Amino acid sequence: MNQDISQGQIDKLYERLDKEAEEGGYHLNPDIEFTKDLVKGLITNENRYGYWSCPCRLASGNKAEDLDIICPCDYRDPDLNDYDACYCALYVSQKVMNGEKEVAPIPERRPPLEERLKLKPVPNISSLPLPVWRCKVCGYLCARENPPEVCPVCKAKKDRFERFI
Amino acid sequence: MKIKHIEGEKNGNIMMYTLSTCVWCKKIKKYLKDLGVEYHYIDVDLLEGAEKEEVMQQMKEYTSEVSYPMLVINEKEYIIGYKPDEIKEKLGL
Repeated sequence: MNQDISQGQIDKLYERLDKEAEEGGYHLNPDIEFTKDLVKGLITNENRYGYWSCPCRLASGNKAEDLDIICPCDYRDPDLNDYDACYCALYVSQKVMNGEKEVAPIPERRPPLEERLKLKPVPNISSLPLPVWRCKVCGYLCARENPPEVCPVCKAKKDRFERFI
Repeated sequence: MKIKHIEGEKNGNIMMYTLSTCVWCKKIKKYLKDLGVEYHYIDVDLLEGAEKEEVMQQMKEYTSEVSYPMLVINEKEYIIGYKPDEIKEKLGL
């Protein structure tokens, strides 16, 4: 089923993703063979479902249900923070790039379908679901468990972030 | 059902649930092949409709937290993820 994907297609998407990742302060796995295999999986899923469903998770084929696992998935950043790689290990942390940490399989963070279907309450300012972090260098704001490794706007390091809300 | 059989030395009944696009799944298939053990696998993402549902249900009988690859030994013990050391230990190799 993958036979109709050319090496040229894989290389082209790989280069695009690599460029975009680096521009945003992210890194693709430096194991190029491994990474290109995942890129091939993304193209396979695009052909099959019409979107880049995570190659390492089972897509439902229903886009609304799969939104959280469209690459880069909702779980990439917390996984990079906790495990230095996303679930597939397509994206890795700076530590991995520096050779300080090896990539290994990580547990699945995505909740089972039943839990995902539970309605989430509408957030208000007094009960924000996540802290808001501010880049002290450029003022970039983001709501997540931890600040990013590198500011996607100005490339300032994690330690330049402060808790804002 | 599209269960694939890989020949090798019999070491219990090894069934693997995998995805054709998943690189960790590819690694585990290669690992078992290199170990030379007999195993079966099914690429769940290549299934459709009732067949897909049935296989997903089979997996859920082992755990509600299903992910890939999932290796089941003798329809009893299961290992989720690419964990060579744990596989070797559970297979007694």
